[in-house]
Amino acid sequence: MHEMSLAEGIRQIVENQARQHGFTAVRSLRLEIGRFAGVEKSALAFCFDIAMRGSPAEGARLEMIDLPGRALCHDCNREVEIEDRLDPCPLCGGGRLVPVAGSEMRVKDMEVA
Amino acid sequence: MCTVCGCGEGKLAGEDHGHHHDHDHAHGHHHHPRGHSHDHSHGHLHFGTGPAGTSVPGLSQSRLIEVETDILARNDALALGNRRVLAALGAYAVNLVSSPGSGKTTLLVKTIEALSATPLAVIEGDQQTENDADRIRATGAPAVQINTGKGCHLDAHMVGNAMDRLALKPGSLLFIENVGNLVCPAAFDLGEDAKVAILSVTEGEDKPLKYPDMFTAASLAILNKTDLAPHCDADLAAYEANLKRVNPAIEILRLSARTGEGMGAWIAWLRARHAAKTLAQTSAKAG
Repeated sequence: MHEMSLAEGIRQIVENQARQHGFTAVRSLRLEIGRFAGVEKSALAFCFDIAMRGSPAEGARLEMIDLPGRALCHDCNREVEIEDRLDPCPLCGGGRLVPVAGSEMRVKDMEVA
Repeated sequence: MCTVCGCGEGKLAGEDHGHHHDHDHAHGHHHHPRGHSHDHSHGHLHFGTGPAGTSVPGLSQSRLIEVETDILARNDALALGNRRVLAALGAYAVNLVSSPGSGKTTLLVKTIEALSATPLAVIEGDQQTENDADRIRATGAPAVQINTGKGCHLDAHMVGNAMDRLALKPGSLLFIENVGNLVCPAAFDLGEDAKVAILSVTEGEDKPLKYPDMFTAASLAILNKTDLAPHCDADLAAYEANLKRVNPAIEILRLSARTGEGMGAWIAWLRARHAAKTLAQTSAKAG
C-alpha cells in the first residue's frame, strides 16, 4: 500500500512522544493493525527499520497486533465478524456487508528507556 | 515520565515534578492510583494503573507509554483543517480517484465546461508533468499541479498548500484529481466532502472486487466510457452488482465524457451536493 508513508507517520509519533515524555530510546513499539487496513505487514516491518534510523526508535522491536474485521449486515441488520471484506454474512448468508471496524492503523504503546 | 506513579512528565521519582497530582502520596512506594485520591496502607502492589492502564508481561510497566494514536493522525488533523477552510467558504470539494487512464481529466474538462457559471478550481495530482493542469487551464479554470515525485497518493498537507495557492472564492467547487491509483489514496483523507471513484468500462467487471478499499471509501462511482461498452463486451450490470457488493451504499452513474451521454445526471449530483453545502454555510452564518 503505502508502508513508507505509514512508517514516517510512526516516526513522527515517536518523536512527539519523546519530546512530551522525555525519553531517548524506544525498546519496543506495538501497533494495532485492522484486518481491512490494507497494510502489508512484512513491508511495513521493512520500512519501519529504515524510517526509524536516527530516531529514538532506531533498532526498536516492532510488534503488530491484528484486530478483527467487523461489518454490519444490511440483510439481517446484525454486526458480525468476518475474515475477508467480501465474505458473506456468517449468520444469514447475506452479501451486503459494510465494514464497521478493521481499518485501524494505530500505535498502541511503546516501551521506552 | 515519572517511573513511580506514571504521570507523563519525564521526571524520575524524587525529583520535583513541576506539576500537580490530584493524588496525594509520597513518591517511592508502589501504589499508582490515577485521577483519584484515597488513603491506603502501604506495602501492596497495584498493576494496571500506570500510564498504560495495563500490565503486560515482559514489558516493564513503569516505562510503558500508552500512545493510542492513529498512524495517520497528522494527516487527519491537516485534513480537518482543510475541511474547516472549505466549510467557512461554503465550498464543496470532490476527491476524484481511479486507476490511471480511466478518463478523470477528460471528465473534469467536460464537467468544467458544463458548469461554466460556477466558481471552481482544480488541484491536479500526478507523479510527473504539468500536462493535466495545462489541460484544465485551457478551459479557463484555475489549476494547481502537484507532482508527488515518487509518491503514490496526495495527502492533506499537499492539498492544504495547493488550496492556499488557489485562493478559493466563497461558494466554489473544488475538484481534486488524485494520483491514478486504486490503493493508497483510499486511506488519505484530504478534507474533501466526497470521494468519487471513476471506473471505465474497459477495466473489467471485477475491478471493484480486486480493489475494494477504494470503492468502499467512495460515495459515488462513475462508470465512464459507456460509449465503448458495446466494443469490449462490457457487462454494465455486472459492474454495478460488484460495486454494490463491496459498498451497498454507493451511488452509481453511467456516463460517457466523450459523447456527453449521462453527463446531465453527474452535473445534477454535483449541483445538489454543492447547493446543500453552501446552504449549510449560509444558515450557520445566519444562526
